[in-house]
Amino acid sequence: MTAFTPQQLIDFTYILAAVGFILALKWLSTPVTAMRGVLIGEIASAIAVVATLFDPQVDQYRWIIIALIIGAGIGVPLGMVKMTAVPQRTALSHAFGALSAALIGIAEYYVAAPRVPKFEMAEIGLEVIIGSLTFTGSLIAAGKLQEILPQRPITFRGQNYFSLTVLGGAIALMVTLVVHPEYTHLFPAMIGVALVFGVMLVTPIGGADMPTVISLLNSYAGFSAALLGFVLNSKVLVVAGALDGASGFVLSVVMCKAMNRSFTNVLFGGFGQIQASATGAVEQRPVKSATPEEAAAILSAANSVVIVPGYGMAVAQAQHKVRELYDILTKRGIDVKFGIHPVAGRMPGHMNVLLAEADIPYDKLLDMDEINGEFPQTDVALIIGANDVTNPAARTEASSPIYGMPILDVDKARTVMVIKRSMGAGFAGIENPLYFLDKTLMLFGDAKSFVGSIVRELSGGGSHG
Amino acid sequence: MPADFFSSLFVFILAAFLGVEVIKRVSPLLHTPLMSLTNALDAIVVVAAIIIAGRHESRLSTILGLVAVAASFSNMVGGFVITDRMLHMFKTGKAKKP
Repeated sequence: MTAFTPQQLIDFTYILAAVGFILALKWLSTPVTAMRGVLIGEIASAIAVVATLFDPQVDQYRWIIIALIIGAGIGVPLGMVKMTAVPQRTALSHAFGALSAALIGIAEYYVAAPRVPKFEMAEIGLEVIIGSLTFTGSLIAAGKLQEILPQRPITFRGQNYFSLTVLGGAIALMVTLVVHPEYTHLFPAMIGVALVFGVMLVTPIGGADMPTVISLLNSYAGFSAALLGFVLNSKVLVVAGALDGASGFVLSVVMCKAMNRSFTNVLFGGFGQIQASATGAVEQRPVKSATPEEAAAILSAANSVVIVPGYGMAVAQAQHKVRELYDILTKRGIDVKFGIHPVAGRMPGHMNVLLAEADIPYDKLLDMDEINGEFPQTDVALIIGANDVTNPAARTEASSPIYGMPILDVDKARTVMVIKRSMGAGFAGIENPLYFLDKTLMLFGDAKSFVGSIVRELSGGGSHG
Repeated sequence: MPADFFSSLFVFILAAFLGVEVIKRVSPLLHTPLMSLTNALDAIVVVAAIIIAGRHESRLSTILGLVAVAASFSNMVGGFVITDRMLHMFKTGKAKKP
């Protein structure tokens, strides 16, 4: 029996790693097994990294160890951010992932240049273009989410044609390099154009479309890693990249369906233009408003309450007050659940993480399909910082820009209460007929302090009997 | 066209199909941890970065490789740390301490 060569042993650990990655994602399917999934993912990654350090091609360690320490030094604080900052952290990690994939592709190119075979050149070119545009695109997304950059869409006339021309330019440079590998000076130009395209891809996209954009960037980052696997003939990169790319793709599809929009519409649709035409018809109609005392009285008389959180709850940092409200109502024997729309917040699953952080049991967090059947039997639907995802016009008014978007059927509850700063329209600038229904009470104020007042009222009321 | 391309394509297509099937089963509850976990797994590109940096074929490729090592390893560490933290927060009503 022949012994394995060191290279074969390393390849064997990569196979183990690939199996570990698949199990990690499989076990992530439910919260019960998810921790096991993370653990197997960690073990798989650690084995692969340690084995690679023993690769005979690696003949100097000092700088690699320093780079690993720097990476860990950046990674740990980025892993410890607050839950409200998770969307921008995620965008930043897409940027880092795409950056490393692009840099490795660039390094491979310069090792081989100018004698790069045509097919390899096409692979490297495509890989570097996707990596570069994902890098800058993710940085812009992170900037918008951190509110360093304006969240509203920044658009100008003819933007889509201009963007597509830029992308076409990057591809044209790549094709030229395939045909004329000796034009090595075109390679940095190709990178530069791809970097510019990444900026142009994300700048026109508004804050509320971030869940889709983050998912798409996730997908791109994955596919750039998979392409790098093609370039380096590394199957573990192909597997990890394909899994990451597939994950981003599945999430993008979920997000697009939840908004009843297509990829092209999110990327090139210019939701901004639709907003402008929709805001014209705002009329002053009477609404009923209520005080915290009245809201508390209605809640304490209810048997079942569904709370619908949105991005406004995250902005107001109201999740811990919401937990107090949940505790008080539950103690009184009232059934409290949460109805969560897939695009609530700034990334997929954002609301669930915030509410879980506030110690709300996850079996009370129900997604749209699970909760919608329950609204007709619900006494009170309490909406905190959500707007468009509760707009019944999406069901009925064919002229509405959000017509066809699946919504939470809060209007089927017996009483609807909406905590909102003012009557100002939501992100899309679309009037919400929900607010003018007879059963709807508007609770005007900051989400955190309003929920706090209700909680005070309920706990005070308890002591008076 | 290099022969490697076909074996890579083969692996890619199988992994992508498997990925879609597995990820469709992930509860929407866990979509945020899903994204941070796949980010951490994707950071396996660090192994390619280590090879590029360790071979030091040229000064440029070594420097690019080292930056890639730091960038991808930060994703690996940060991604696992935050996924772990998030999943610890998901508790059922019964498991919750009084």
